[in-house]
Amino acid sequence: MKPEHSRRNFMKTSAIITGGILTSPFILPKAYAAPDNHLKLALIGCGGRGTGAVFQAFETGHPIKLVAMADAFRDRLDGSLKPILDKYGAEKVDVPEERKFVGFDAYKQAIAEADVVILATPPGFRPSHFEEAVNQGKQIFMEKPVATDAAGIRRVLAAAEIAKAKKLNVVVGLQRHYQSNYRETIQRIYDGAIGDITGGQVYWNDGGVWVRERQPGQTEMEYQMRNWYYFNWLCGDHITEQHVHNIDVANWVKQGYPVKAEGTGGRLVRTGKEHGEIFDHHVVTFTYADGSVIHSECRHFPGAANRVDESFQGTKGKAYLSAGNHGNLSDWKGNAIYSHNRENNVNPYQQEHNELWDALFKGEYKFSDAENAAKSTMTSIMGRYATYSGKVLTWEEALNGKVDLFPEKLAWDASPKVLPNEDGYYPHAIPGKTQVI
Amino acid sequence: MLFRYRILLLFIAALFTAWILKNRELFEAYTQVIPGTQVKFTMVPIPGGSFLMGSANEKYSDETPAHRVEIEPFWMGTHEVTWDAFELFLDKNYETAISEGPIGQVVDGLSRPSLPYLDMTFGMGKEGKPAIGMTQYGAIQYCHWLYLKTGIFYRLPTEAEWEYAAKAGTKSTCFFGEDAKKLSEYAWIAENSNESTQKVGLKKANPWGLFDIYGNVMEWTSDQYEADFYERSPEKNPQNPSIKLYPRVVRGGSYKHKAEEISSARRFQSEPKWKQLDPQIPKSQWWFPEAPFLGMRLVRPLNPPSPEEIKAYYTKAPIDDY
Repeated sequence: MKPEHSRRNFMKTSAIITGGILTSPFILPKAYAAPDNHLKLALIGCGGRGTGAVFQAFETGHPIKLVAMADAFRDRLDGSLKPILDKYGAEKVDVPEERKFVGFDAYKQAIAEADVVILATPPGFRPSHFEEAVNQGKQIFMEKPVATDAAGIRRVLAAAEIAKAKKLNVVVGLQRHYQSNYRETIQRIYDGAIGDITGGQVYWNDGGVWVRERQPGQTEMEYQMRNWYYFNWLCGDHITEQHVHNIDVANWVKQGYPVKAEGTGGRLVRTGKEHGEIFDHHVVTFTYADGSVIHSECRHFPGAANRVDESFQGTKGKAYLSAGNHGNLSDWKGNAIYSHNRENNVNPYQQEHNELWDALFKGEYKFSDAENAAKSTMTSIMGRYATYSGKVLTWEEALNGKVDLFPEKLAWDASPKVLPNEDGYYPHAIPGKTQVI
Repeated sequence: MLFRYRILLLFIAALFTAWILKNRELFEAYTQVIPGTQVKFTMVPIPGGSFLMGSANEKYSDETPAHRVEIEPFWMGTHEVTWDAFELFLDKNYETAISEGPIGQVVDGLSRPSLPYLDMTFGMGKEGKPAIGMTQYGAIQYCHWLYLKTGIFYRLPTEAEWEYAAKAGTKSTCFFGEDAKKLSEYAWIAENSNESTQKVGLKKANPWGLFDIYGNVMEWTSDQYEADFYERSPEKNPQNPSIKLYPRVVRGGSYKHKAEEISSARRFQSEPKWKQLDPQIPKSQWWFPEAPFLGMRLVRPLNPPSPEEIKAYYTKAPIDDY
């Protein structure tokens, strides 16, 4: 598949800036239309983010009823239901025992109960959950990233086409697309404020995230599922799980996807048994079809300087963006072209739900975020392939990669593909040696 | 025999000198090194006394009535707590990596913050910069960690202690007088901060040696915020312990506040909206992703409470936030 470069195509695929480009009415099938006109919601993946997304759905003020929940773990499901029920009450939260679904296959039954689904498990499961939701004809909010390897990306891209054909709204939690400093600033870049973009730098450098310790009696599968951040089949490494946000902004600004990636990375300070197989730093250069280069850097080094933001250079000026509501454009003499007002911006996590649920209750088809999300996730995976292998990869090579990270079988007593050695340490990629595609 | 007697005398003299030195040490400025590391901070003595708390300012009615308050002596941090120290508490692996020797079993079992998914420096830097965005629970747990490492009871100031220390015996709106234009000599505020926290200790200190007591970052106190608390506040060591999660008292203003908003008596309050950008439910008990202007300063009472009271202070369970 070739990356798309025309502005129009890109805007179609990412549903940005304005809604309504693809607006056309859709009618909720009769079977879904509940008697009091509420929409039925199911949560797949009951962690903190999924629970937060349910809160945001309710905070839109629309008549929504949570009717089903699914998680691999019962304790996670219970821990999610409690605050939802406390806050929104039995009138909006109707999840009796028979609609609490637990285990690897729980998602299928929960999806079947709802009109709209929130997919918020660790990203490794997203391709199968998204496929199922599309096949069942549901409206979808799903979290980023949308896969952890090329095999998963191909499934998401295929399902995204079906979702378009079925006019299913799909919003993806790359929330910068719903944050006004990004929208306002990037629209001005599109309008030519700083000329053609010739290069940029995107960063997610900070101290790293949580670890869940191994508990007595856990099978290897359960341990990896609990401590999922450190296993690639579930997480995709932090270049994918976290840095995808910034890489996605580069693609958004460049209106396309890189044709080539090369990079370096490794494990320098986060090297414990509890840190699985992922790297603690990746540095990648992404080359786009016009020859421009984006430098991408992500690291989890406690004690070192933090930086999470995006900068771009154009023929007529430069841009600076960050999730802290920065959106600054200036010319090469330092004169400000645009400075986004950082005060009183709408919370983007809320905004993505406001826009999705407004469309759903108007019966509109407005959002098809899945294709761009898949391609931006693919960009981050291509970066990981480059740092893991030490090789130069083209987009086509990466996207057609045959290495499938997923276990042969999903069960608590089944074996994931990467296992610890006698001392409890996991093998990790060695550049120059590791095969990634 | 005589020789032995002399030795005994010498020994007694040495003991006496040590006792004097120890007592003198008890209430002087000192430097606290975080054991096993190069990281240190300084504490200055704040003498006990009484002062007029609050103001007659009608613009901010929560500062009224001005009322007489007595305060027990304590030490206070000369500077706001910096990332250099706070990050050791934040990340056990980092603390282990940077420390000479083991960090200790007790500290090993401490409840530590969830590592923040977001960059909690907000691009404003770490070295010498105030640690920011922590909840009051997180600020108290930092004190707990320090207690386990040093054996010394560090805690947050009460609102009254904070104001007493900020006023430093003065009766004017700010400790240097009434001219708000002079604030830039003493504080990082909206007018001079370039929208960012700054390294601690670069401006002039107050009369009791406290740097950045105004501006740079707002500072946690242990008190619940109630607008009418001064109407019923007790006279001796008043405090209004935090029972509800919001609002709680923070003091001093920050790099985002204008000169006109800052004074010794000005009371600020914590807000749920500081956690708006936390995408998780329940929301973090440790972090405010929208309070880059919020930090902390340490206090150590001259007369520490009993071990049971210390334990109770540190182990108060956090309140769920959703």
